[in-house]
Amino acid sequence: MASIKQNPAGHRLPDFRNLGVMLRLLLGVNLLALAAALVQVTHLAAWPERYIDLAVWVEPLLLCSLLLLAVLRDLLWRLPYRLAAATVIALVALQAALLHDFWRFMGFAEGGWAAVARAALLAAGCAGAMLAYFHLRAGALSPALAEARLQALTARIRPHFLFNSLNAVLSLIRAEPRRAEHALEELADLFRALMRDHRDLVPLADEIALCRQYLDLEKLRLGDRLHVEWAIDDLPGEMRVPPLMLQPLLENAVYHGIEPSAAPGTVRIRFARRGDELTVELSNPVCPEGAHVAGNRMALANIRERLALYYDLEARLEAREENGTYIVHMVLPCRN
Amino acid sequence: MQELSVLIVDDEAPARARLRELLGDVAGETPTRVVGEAENGLAALDLLEHESPDVVFVDIRMPKMGGIELAQHLAHLPQPPALIFTTAYDAYAVQAFEVNAVDYLLKPVRAARLASALGKARALRPPPATLLQSLQPSLQPDGRRHLSCHERGRLLLIPIDAVLYLKADLKYVTARTKEREYLLDESLTHLEHEFAQRFIRLHRSVLVAKEAILGFERNGPEEADAHWLALVRDVPERLPVSRRQWPVVKSYARQLST
Repeated sequence: MASIKQNPAGHRLPDFRNLGVMLRLLLGVNLLALAAALVQVTHLAAWPERYIDLAVWVEPLLLCSLLLLAVLRDLLWRLPYRLAAATVIALVALQAALLHDFWRFMGFAEGGWAAVARAALLAAGCAGAMLAYFHLRAGALSPALAEARLQALTARIRPHFLFNSLNAVLSLIRAEPRRAEHALEELADLFRALMRDHRDLVPLADEIALCRQYLDLEKLRLGDRLHVEWAIDDLPGEMRVPPLMLQPLLENAVYHGIEPSAAPGTVRIRFARRGDELTVELSNPVCPEGAHVAGNRMALANIRERLALYYDLEARLEAREENGTYIVHMVLPCRN
Repeated sequence: MQELSVLIVDDEAPARARLRELLGDVAGETPTRVVGEAENGLAALDLLEHESPDVVFVDIRMPKMGGIELAQHLAHLPQPPALIFTTAYDAYAVQAFEVNAVDYLLKPVRAARLASALGKARALRPPPATLLQSLQPSLQPDGRRHLSCHERGRLLLIPIDAVLYLKADLKYVTARTKEREYLLDESLTHLEHEFAQRFIRLHRSVLVAKEAILGFERNGPEEADAHWLALVRDVPERLPVSRRQWPVVKSYARQLST
């Protein structure tokens, strides 16, 4: 699973290991239980009580199903969608029947085929409803749409940067041809990365190399005004991250924090791995003179949306200002 | 052909070097002499104290003082130099320049384009004030950082932070700082609009810096004619608040005290 195209083409079974999907399932099934409770009671006052009665049945089954589906995810993805969906429904129904039999065994419920079949049918209905919901949702965010959206969102480099860099390279050609050659090569690499297919996750090491190239080019034109500090400790370089997530943030840091100020400034980039999360922290001086806050917010919203398309709820992006420093904090789930 | 003296204003050293190189390349066609380089508008104004170049190349985005503000101050000089803007990418500004026949160069600059700009330079007039004002919202969202005042052949810059109040008398507007008053050649209405964040109107003819207000005192008898005076830090004058403006000023003062 290396990209948003993680599911085989046309497959719309959700990623049962994704936190967002699990959360949606938990909420969805409980909403169904609430609705069922409302249908069963005659007085509104009895509604919460009825729901709690139902929950005793629903929650264990729900949790067991979530666990089972998370374990079987990769197997299910190998099946065609219809078959996979039928398998999911059958599995949930089977679990419901087994669980009901277990309750009977423990003396909490009456036995009998009718009761077991009723439990299985209800569970299957519930699973079917949730699958239908995910099917519709995937349709709304269909791979084609999501991919188009991603391509559009993937930050385009500021034209301002391109033309100023070209100008800086031109100024070097006569005096320092070798430096100019090197700069052009870096510019070429940068644009190759920008024009690549943006759906695939890329190795973190590549993304970092790209950022270094970008900052080298900025240093070429800004000279001593730009200082950069990297703090990278034992990162799994083979870890994969969405492409061009960091570079636009750095570009923002330079555009808003360094360029508008006459005094030199430092951009700091810090990576840390905590458990199975990767934390990236970027900071730059706040320039009281440069006030294009709106542009910056748009770039952040853009990256946030991309993170949501890749990771649903598992990634975070926050920005804050602290003692004259602007800090962007990004958390990504580690995936190899 | 007579040599043109040139001043280059750009915050990026490579960009200045490149323009110098190109000026050398077109020297056969249009001989030029670079009399100075500056890394922002403020440094350029310093240089202009001693030099009076024929042409100034001005980058739009620079720290401390950008190209648009520099152009606004240059317009106050008795014999303003010809101004040619240089920019990497400012779609909106470029369009405005086109419409107003203001010359500009897109970076990277082409030698042929540079030569033609220099050829026209002597005939160039300063960009119209209305154009510079219209570019302000996108390129200088906070307004200028200095006001300029032309005095005995010199251009004086007054940091906007130092201005305590602005007062209109008959024909002129005066800006009061802690030390002294300066005569400005601008309208109070335009200043009020440009620096709406910083100043509040007390009276038809007075704008005061919000942060400089110390308090208000009542003037005159209790009855009909009573009105309020504003106390301003660092200066002894008390500024009248008109009856019409008092509700606005009062609600601002309330905001402050809470």
